[in-house]
Amino acid sequence: MTASTGRGLLHLAAALDLPGAYDPQPYTELVRLAERGALDFVTLGDSFGRPGPDALAVLARLAPVTGRVGLVPTVTTTHTEPFHLQAAVATLDWVSRGRAGWQAEVSQGEHEARLFGRRDAAPPEALWREAADVAEAATRLWDSWEDDAEIRDTSTGRFIDRDKLHYVDFQGATFSVKGPSIVPRSPQGHPVIVVDATDPHARDTAARYADVALVRAAGPAQSAALRTGLRTAAAAHGRDPDTLRVLAALAVDLGEGEYAAEPGHGGGGPRPSPYGPLYRGGPVDLAELIAAWHSSGAADGFHLTPVEPRRDLERLVNGTVPLLQHRGLFRTFYPGSTLREHLGLARPANRYALVGDPS
Amino acid sequence: MTSTHRGPGRARRRMHLAAHFPGVNNTTVWSDPRSGSQIDFASFEHLARTAEAGLFDFFFLAEGLRLREHNGRVHDLDVVGRPESITVLNALAAVTDRLGLAATVNATFNEPFELARRLATLDHLSGGRAGWNVVTSSDAFTGENFRRGGYLDRADRYTRAAEFVATARELWDSWPSSDEAPRPFVHQGRQFDIAGRFTVPRSPQGHPVVIQAGDSSDGREFAASSADVIFSRHGTLEGGRAFYTDVKDRLARYGRERDELKIMPGVTVVLGDTAAEAQERAAEIRHQQISPQNALHTLEQVWGVDLSGHDPDGPLPAFDPDPDSALVQGRVRLADPVTAAAKWRALSEEKGLSIRQTVIEATGRQSFIGTPEAVAAELVEFVDSDAADGFILVPHLTPAGLDGFVDRVVPLLQERGAFRTEYSGRTLRSHLGLKAPAGERATEPVSERVEDSVTERVGESVS
Repeated sequence: MTASTGRGLLHLAAALDLPGAYDPQPYTELVRLAERGALDFVTLGDSFGRPGPDALAVLARLAPVTGRVGLVPTVTTTHTEPFHLQAAVATLDWVSRGRAGWQAEVSQGEHEARLFGRRDAAPPEALWREAADVAEAATRLWDSWEDDAEIRDTSTGRFIDRDKLHYVDFQGATFSVKGPSIVPRSPQGHPVIVVDATDPHARDTAARYADVALVRAAGPAQSAALRTGLRTAAAAHGRDPDTLRVLAALAVDLGEGEYAAEPGHGGGGPRPSPYGPLYRGGPVDLAELIAAWHSSGAADGFHLTPVEPRRDLERLVNGTVPLLQHRGLFRTFYPGSTLREHLGLARPANRYALVGDPS
Repeated sequence: MTSTHRGPGRARRRMHLAAHFPGVNNTTVWSDPRSGSQIDFASFEHLARTAEAGLFDFFFLAEGLRLREHNGRVHDLDVVGRPESITVLNALAAVTDRLGLAATVNATFNEPFELARRLATLDHLSGGRAGWNVVTSSDAFTGENFRRGGYLDRADRYTRAAEFVATARELWDSWPSSDEAPRPFVHQGRQFDIAGRFTVPRSPQGHPVVIQAGDSSDGREFAASSADVIFSRHGTLEGGRAFYTDVKDRLARYGRERDELKIMPGVTVVLGDTAAEAQERAAEIRHQQISPQNALHTLEQVWGVDLSGHDPDGPLPAFDPDPDSALVQGRVRLADPVTAAAKWRALSEEKGLSIRQTVIEATGRQSFIGTPEAVAAELVEFVDSDAADGFILVPHLTPAGLDGFVDRVVPLLQERGAFRTEYSGRTLRSHLGLKAPAGERATEPVSERVEDSVTERVGESVS
């Protein structure tokens, strides 16, 4: 499997996390900044175990005040109802007119299990197997309405063509779902699935279901190796590896602190930190690092988590992005309107629609 | 009909108004050329902005967790396909400023920690405008879409719902104010055994407004003990009064005052420039709602057997219904179809009605039909005579079905002093004149909250 890249434009995403913020205003300022930078998408993390608002709700609140940027909340799969989860993500796609994603995550530990009181904590292997089941059930439910199921045929009195609605009959190890969904197929067909594949337990789920995999790598060689591994695994699941975007995930501190990059070396390189690899330096050096990693085939793009959200996102958008645009490595405007279009990913065919149906 | 006409500014009991989004049901007329999408966000935005322009208390979404079936197949005659409610309401919070945003969410197929968190988040993101219409579901049919699955007895449904609401309030209260750290919570009950820390600070309303829809004795009792608003079906003056008295009388048992629960029947309104025109329009709408195919389907819901060979313009079946039929799934079937069928047959024979005409006659819900002046007067009369505290309007068209009411009826209600002329507060609780939840330390200025509730109470006591 070839892992070469550097051909296409790179993809850029940023985390919107603002610890302690429950009011929409600061999120609005950040997401508008990200959109001004023409970023592919923003993410918002979530977990039942730590303070913070429901991430999908925040991004739904931001949908009407933005027009192009992709909106990717984390929604965990361990304690939620898969039917509710898929409906909420599809609805985010409807309210954003095709800009929704879903970062799948699991809930580990007894502490979160006690908040629900329904099941004991389980090891990560089992949780990620279940996350894969949730992704399978969700994608089936997203296909459970064919795109043209709504017919409004006054001559027969039928609002829908029920032959174009499908039971999904999913049977997993921990749950089953009958279907069809209550939500008609959304603008993107399938909202974009994102999985952080750094944890080896998450890798198989990422290879099977992710449109975008995140890898937290300290250097380009490690990132390239993870990317190659994910593409190989995707192919083994019968996927075209070019339908998987692998983004290197870095925390960034653009305050030009003590680990400022050495000029001309593509940055001093990320250092280990509690958030994963942390890049520290200036916006110009970050552009240098991104260009160097991208051209060496380390990643299809980058997911950046600003350490100081307002300051660092502003420096990223006003400093790093224009340099990448100037080099022709990053878009200067959104040519499309959906997140799939930003990522260069096709709208998935519906698995239930009859291929070559002559009617 | 009341002829009392008080000038603007004169205190009289003010009614509450809410708008139901006419999504998935057989009320919605989709065959009308003006009928738009039931799923595009633009439709929700239009209706919500209209409701806010009309100074409505709240906007209200229903829920369905499995597509209805008829004779083993997905029912295909009515509007079907809807977005997930809380997500739509969060998006609507961005395009509205004062309007309450209420979601119907099932207490059977959700868990308290997760739902309390989602509702508290909506309350934060909307600045205190969240509402929750608590419903329950008993059937294994819906359960097939959920981990929880299974079946709950009717009684257990309400036990679970009541404990669910109480648990959610414990979680909301575990954060005494938005500035203080949360207390750990421990809830050990028959339905839920959970512990930990709630992770969303106290929201602007403290507790999102709790709405309950239901007419059974269990439902009324649950509303009297736990709800802030009850969405009733009693739209006639006599039925409304009886229901109103019954439910309000139950409040004392829970140490609650009569104005702590607002009774709001779901109603439809049909306007015309003359009474005759409105009647004609109403008949036309009923015919659109009950197409020949829909008439047979509705009849099959009562009879429980396939009646596809019958002529909708012909007479009702001569045989009795099958009381044990499972022909219809995902919709509550009449408890006693044999009696219902006898009533329908009597109605049909008495008036010489066909199947379709009988269904039209027998299934109509309360409608206010007439000129804007007549409708306004009738609505006021309902409130003045203790048949309702307000109304949840169920338009038959998406998304423009409220335009006429807001343009033509709301100003008349305002002239009569029966409806607000501006929002005095920012939260749904303040629109409804509801007290802050006990123990609350409000996150919005206390003075504003107190003034709002005083204004409302004065308005009511003078009327």
